[in-house]
Amino acid sequence: MSQELSRTPLHSLHIAAGARMVPFAGHAMPLNYPGGAISEHRAVRSACGLFDVSHMGQITVGLSCATALETLVTADLGALPAGKQAYALMTSPWGGILDDLMIARWQDGFLLVVNGACRDADLALLCDSLGRENVRLLHGHGLLALQGPLAAATLGAIIPGVEDLYFMETADFAMAGENIRISRSGYTGEDGFEISLAAEAALALAQRLSRQPGTSLCGLAARDSLRLEAALPLCGQDIHPRITPVEARLAWCISPRRRQDARFSGAGTILGQLADGPARLMAGLRPRDRSPVRAGSTLRSSTGHVAGEVTSGGFSPTLGHPVAMGLVAAEHATPGTLLTVRRRGRETPVEVVRTPFVPRRYHRKQAKPDQIPVQTHR
Amino acid sequence: MPATRYTRDHEWIRPESDSRNTALVGITTHAQAELGDIVHVELPDPARVFSAGSEIAVIDSVKAASEVYAPVSCTVLAVNDKLSGTPELINQDAEGEGWIVRVELASPGELSALMDADGYGKFLADIS
Repeated sequence: MSQELSRTPLHSLHIAAGARMVPFAGHAMPLNYPGGAISEHRAVRSACGLFDVSHMGQITVGLSCATALETLVTADLGALPAGKQAYALMTSPWGGILDDLMIARWQDGFLLVVNGACRDADLALLCDSLGRENVRLLHGHGLLALQGPLAAATLGAIIPGVEDLYFMETADFAMAGENIRISRSGYTGEDGFEISLAAEAALALAQRLSRQPGTSLCGLAARDSLRLEAALPLCGQDIHPRITPVEARLAWCISPRRRQDARFSGAGTILGQLADGPARLMAGLRPRDRSPVRAGSTLRSSTGHVAGEVTSGGFSPTLGHPVAMGLVAAEHATPGTLLTVRRRGRETPVEVVRTPFVPRRYHRKQAKPDQIPVQTHR
Repeated sequence: MPATRYTRDHEWIRPESDSRNTALVGITTHAQAELGDIVHVELPDPARVFSAGSEIAVIDSVKAASEVYAPVSCTVLAVNDKLSGTPELINQDAEGEGWIVRVELASPGELSALMDADGYGKFLADIS
């Protein structure tokens, strides 16, 4: 393992557990543990999985910067009270997606959790726009994700009160004299929590959680297959600066008030696409034979013309068949459309399907359909 | 019975007996560990002929698709049908129950160009 790779606070835990370590976003991260990625994936869907996500960037921004911050992120900070978190995008001047993130309002500032690979660029952008004195990277801080139907009971037994949080709510908790910031959220489609705390406390809590019956340590491979089943986009693959929020079917996170003020980067392009319909759309894909299709594969229509590209592809352990996401010309994005991917000289039929592939099971206040509505723009 | 032989691409070939000119082919325990959980195996059609080093099967794991190359020139006699329903057999027992194809050797002499168990062991030590 290269000397330049950073170690997360849980590094010793991963090594002790026999993790296969790989470089990821400048950190040595566990790809999977000895039981394998598929068994970890299943553990999250049926019980509880613990992920080290300390490689992600945790950045605090002063509350007084809310107005300026809204020029950088799509979040509606006026509608974000203390105790809540929102999913938001950082957009570029031409409407592309620089990063996707969670932003929460705490009493002492906003906490942004950004992708590890985008951390440095995001930090630079925030500092340039808001002033270094208003932005702070929580360097070396820990971030854990506990996900699955048993997550609430498991964490609640150690930190009473977490079960009272609803999806996208946040609160401070104390554990052994340490302040811990917890949100009810995640990247798996399951109920679960993301836990921000100092490095030593992160290791101690992770060790304790991993010893709970029904809790499995989970690595990056399972994280990817879980989010793919939930049709959650991966930054750098499904979303990137050359795709807009409208094309990515993420415009739902831009509130009516933000669309009205249009103060975020790229608002012109994005609002134009909302009005006229985008030329391309993210689509769920179901390969119709048993081999997965891979990111970068060309999608062709029934006439043989290029219809788009696979952006993420893999195997769904829950469903027992391959699933994928892709960016396709809008006229081919309707569920039921049959496309093909050429693989090893053979054509694999791929059907456009509704997403998510596996229903999301967030702990919401009111029942709300967690199926992404199909946007058919003409 | 001639012993199992190994390739630099982590395939193994095990002749089934001295008299019949047939062998089982698969990937090594090391190879399956590198691949991670295997989700699908693309098997060749029976009776297809392969030259040494040509692609005889494809293994899809959670990570990627990987080619399996024919260790020697051969004709496919049978494929391991269990792999259709249980591709993870390769993870569980790569050098036993997880065999991929049964082949007839075009030229048994080709086996001697491959590594024996000791040689493969040294090769693994060199590359890790």
